Amino acid sequence: MSVSQLVQEAYTGLKSLVIGLGVTGKAFCQPGVTVIYPKEEVDNLASFRGHVELVGKEDDPAVPRCVACGACVKACPSNCLTILCPVAAKEGEEGGPVKMGPAPQKGSKTPGVVIVDFSLCSLCGQCAKTCPVDSLQFSDNPYMVSFDRKDFRIDLLARLRRLAEQ
Amino acid sequence: MNPEVLLHLDHPLTRLVLGLVCIFAFIGLNGLVLVWVERKVAGHVQLRPGPLHVGPHGLLQPLVDAVKLIGKQLVAPAGSDKILYWAAPLLAFAPATVCFLPLPFDPNLAPMRLNLGLVLILAFSGLGVLSLILAGWGSNNKWGLLGAARAVAQSVAYEVPLLLSVMAVALTAGSLDLYEITAKQGAWPWQWYGVKNPLAFFIFLVCAVAETNRAPFDLPEAESELTAGFHTEYSGMGFGLFFLAEYANMIIVSGVAAALFLGGWQGPFLPGIFWFLVKVYCLLCFIIWLRWTYPRVRFDQLLNLSWKWLTPLALLDFALVVIVAGFGG
Repeated sequence: MSVSQLVQEAYTGLKSLVIGLGVTGKAFCQPGVTVIYPKEEVDNLASFRGHVELVGKEDDPAVPRCVACGACVKACPSNCLTILCPVAAKEGEEGGPVKMGPAPQKGSKTPGVVIVDFSLCSLCGQCAKTCPVDSLQFSDNPYMVSFDRKDFRIDLLARLRRLAEQ
Repeated sequence: MNPEVLLHLDHPLTRLVLGLVCIFAFIGLNGLVLVWVERKVAGHVQLRPGPLHVGPHGLLQPLVDAVKLIGKQLVAPAGSDKILYWAAPLLAFAPATVCFLPLPFDPNLAPMRLNLGLVLILAFSGLGVLSLILAGWGSNNKWGLLGAARAVAQSVAYEVPLLLSVMAVALTAGSLDLYEITAKQGAWPWQWYGVKNPLAFFIFLVCAVAETNRAPFDLPEAESELTAGFHTEYSGMGFGLFFLAEYANMIIVSGVAAALFLGGWQGPFLPGIFWFLVKVYCLLCFIIWLRWTYPRVRFDQLLNLSWKWLTPLALLDFALVVIVAGFGG
């Protein structure tokens, strides 16, 4: 290696070192981007994915748009959704207790039970994407904590009713 | 005051003991401050706040960490060489304190004035690597041993250009006494040896970072490769002493660099100790800045840099200084 090549190598090396110091020096002077949690809270929740929740009808927010087709249950790769609706009573069995079966059920257009098990969910969003009536969306609560696994099995119909009351 | 007491106060032994006490206090306090500065700089460079909640701006965080370290149990791993294992952290810390003695904080503040102060610092800082070897060897751990092996190669490689660059300055000043070398420089930057001989200053800085095992040359303790290298097995204050020694060594190399290249205590208007500490802390901040800027070098890169670049350059610089000094009379 000739001397001029060595000088060239040293020059480019030193230059890159100075550029590196410039990058970190500039970053040092910039304000931080982290949110100091108990004092501040995040505000960019539009892009946040919480557990899925039901969307209410426009005229009646306590009732979901859901038509109990069961497409979301099929689409879910983690099997975290449970949608049950009343099974049509067979002849001779009318008047007995209403049986619930997995959606879809013939003649049933509203879900009786909608449960999401958030401990299984991977937040892929396939359910919301598949829904033909846009009845599922991501909720926006980033501060969900519990000591009990059961608290992550969320009854979405009850939640929708509670939110509608508020 | 009783004149006999004054006589005792001026006794070299009294000065030494008082000096050592002050040095211990200085090292401890500096360790705390530097840990805080280090974490704050790291935080701000990475666009986050760093320690924040313990005390104002997290100032008490290092103190709390120190209490935690002191409270921890001291554990020696099975199969370790107990004597070497416990001697290592002490041996890492003790030479660091000795190296503070000849540092020229101020012309009127000399715990021990030596006409070979520079040699004392170089000799005792060379002992530091011995503690790394003992720690790595004594802890009966592969990572520790690898870290120790790396420490030896690194220390040997970087002591050569370090000594050459220091010798260049000592030759210019015609002395090995740090006070005298400082006194030969002036209050203004163009009178400093670092400006007159920038190559030696640059080489010294690179070697100083390497000798103190700081990133980007922290191969003996490379976290991502060797867990923690030579101090993998150390807990509590065993680790704490290594940690404190690292920061003490940083202050020593910065102090030597300030004295040799940046005019030490010399500066306009303000008292000497102020200027010395300002220069030392600027250098320390620069070393910390380096750590959070550069990725760790590979081992072959580390040795190449020393043997193929710094050593020849330092030799060249030394030769130039000898020629200039020869012509200058």
